[in-house]
Amino acid sequence: MRLLVALIISFSVHAQPLVVGSKKFTESVILGEIIRLSLIHEGIPTEHHQEIGGTAILWNALKSGDIDLYPEYTGTIEEELLKKKTKNFDELKMLLRQQGIGLSAPIGFNNTYALGIKAKLSKEKNIKKIYELQSWRDLKFGFSSEFLERKDGWHELKERYKLPHQNILGIDHDVAYRAMIQGDIDVVDLYSTDAEIAYYDLVALEDDLNYFPSYQAVILYRLPIEEKLKSLLSILTGKINNETMIELNKRAKTYKVPADLVAADFIKQNLGAHVKTSQRSLFDRLAKTTTEHLRLVLVSMFFAILTAIPLGVIVAKRRNLGRGILIVVSAIQTVPALALLVMLIKPLAYFGLSGIGDTPALIALFLYSLLPIVRNTLTGIQQIPENLRETAEVLNLSFITKLKKIELPMALPSILAGIKIALVLNVGFATLGALVGSGGYGQPILSGIRLDDYSLILEGALPATALALICQWGFDWLEKRLVSPGLKL
Amino acid sequence: MIHIENLKKSLGGKSVLHGLTLDIPVGQSLALLGISGSGKTTLLKCLCGILKPDSGMIQFNSTELKPENVKKIRQTLGYVIQDGGLFPHLTLLENVELIGREANLNDGTISSKTKELASLVKLPFEILHRYPRQVSGGQRQRVGLMRALFLDPSYLLLDEPLGALDPITRYELQNELKELFGRLNKTVILVTHDLTEARRLCQRIVLLNNGVIVQDATMQELIQNPSNDFVRRFLQAQDAI
Repeated sequence: MRLLVALIISFSVHAQPLVVGSKKFTESVILGEIIRLSLIHEGIPTEHHQEIGGTAILWNALKSGDIDLYPEYTGTIEEELLKKKTKNFDELKMLLRQQGIGLSAPIGFNNTYALGIKAKLSKEKNIKKIYELQSWRDLKFGFSSEFLERKDGWHELKERYKLPHQNILGIDHDVAYRAMIQGDIDVVDLYSTDAEIAYYDLVALEDDLNYFPSYQAVILYRLPIEEKLKSLLSILTGKINNETMIELNKRAKTYKVPADLVAADFIKQNLGAHVKTSQRSLFDRLAKTTTEHLRLVLVSMFFAILTAIPLGVIVAKRRNLGRGILIVVSAIQTVPALALLVMLIKPLAYFGLSGIGDTPALIALFLYSLLPIVRNTLTGIQQIPENLRETAEVLNLSFITKLKKIELPMALPSILAGIKIALVLNVGFATLGALVGSGGYGQPILSGIRLDDYSLILEGALPATALALICQWGFDWLEKRLVSPGLKL
Repeated sequence: MIHIENLKKSLGGKSVLHGLTLDIPVGQSLALLGISGSGKTTLLKCLCGILKPDSGMIQFNSTELKPENVKKIRQTLGYVIQDGGLFPHLTLLENVELIGREANLNDGTISSKTKELASLVKLPFEILHRYPRQVSGGQRQRVGLMRALFLDPSYLLLDEPLGALDPITRYELQNELKELFGRLNKTVILVTHDLTEARRLCQRIVLLNNGVIVQDATMQELIQNPSNDFVRRFLQAQDAI
């Protein structure tokens, strides 16, 4: 018996691997892979939840224990997480420890923010420093939403350098480079270790007022796992300088080498260890993303159907209550997916549930699927002719018989149409699951956008479209079988 | 017997029935006759409890119709509307059997009752496996009648049952209904605007206009002594005088 308990405990301990998180940009993913592979090499089971979002999502996930560690930057910690300037590294470390979070020594490179323009433009207009932008009012600026919102981002920068520019375009960091090359925007925010700076021949403008703080790369981790990380942290300290990081980014972004291979090569060259990576074939990758995507769609749809049809019936039967229900499900539909996913983190943590992974994705998909089904159930019931309703009443049919034998079967074509709409939307929405690390077809799409790799984007987009079409056909087939022939004549 | 006393009903702010009083003895067949908007269908809907009167009273065999006992009283009513009021997604058989199942009758009883009613309304049993839209209007109406008669009600309430039929089918069904009413000895209230139909099927004619009874008589009395100008014009319009 004791042996059994010991076995169960050891099994459950082993079943709980460490979870590394990374933000949705290449450098973070590469660092995450370096951490994962190094830990696995040391015999510590580790998973990497790639590209699960921006700073807020990662920080919340770390604090709630959904992830155990992730790469971060000192400037971001001060400006965004603690919102407090510190005198030195030790003070920063101490403040984090008070919150139960450990801080590694700097990894070695400083990935600060910078403003970038094309080298050609810099030459033409003789712009080398940020303040020189002042005199070029018609330049178009495009910044990542994070840079637009951050405390150390655009608003303060604009004040400090007295830049007159208005109407800044909010744009995804990876898309911004493409927009710049096409001439749609002139000035972007850069990470100084971005491989694109060299690739696209850009110039990082000099920050002569020292506006941007230092962004030393570090690792944040939960204090309880400090012991396990000891060896890793000491190995990585000071190991990656700016040139190395730019090189790693370049391999991944410019030469499209998968992040785990880039990480494995780095470990081999610098730490002298051979680590195994598992490159999956296209078929394996599709099998994985399809399974993940189907799981998201099917589970969320199952619960949505189970909830929305009764809600639709209530809306049809109880006017006042119904109006309230309709307002709520309609309002949910208008919340942007990303906002909903982030908004779910806190309430989920309250119930002890993970704010990243399948749970928030399933809840969001479930919520988004309600409206079409509720609406169409209502419409289907309302469309039943008045005289047949009255007949059912005079025939003394009970509430249940009326619902089961008359109203729902007669409303079925409309209900099925609602489910079909919800399903097709759901297949599309489910790609957003990748934003919180629940995989699916959104994962290759996100990576493709990040790496500027169209084949990778198509690897997610094409199956998603195909799945939506299959769902549609499947439903047309199902409709033929479920709807009474009497309604189709 | 049915006793209606000072019945008033407004719909959408417009008064439709203005204090109607009427007694219908057991076994009598009565036609509620009138033009559109006269209040005849509203009266029928009040009788089967679909509409609640604003004031006044309806009694079935001395029991007043109230929300508490409307289900019980409906068990004694057979209700047929234009085109039979059949549920389109159910086969004719399912439409008829629905009533038996709801009343918890066993399969054997339901099956023998269905066969008996099919022969009563002169429908071949095989046709009952079809859906309403696969049969003619006359056949739908016969099935509607089967369903109404399933629990052997004391009262038959018919709202323009033959309204959607072609003249020949209509004529045939009128004859069959007449024979049926005679045989079953039920109290029948037939809502119609068709004088000929009322004359063929009913002993007593109640002519309504604007929510009041303008004449309550036999067909012969109606033709011989129209009570006012409206009755005269109504009769003239239908070539009765």
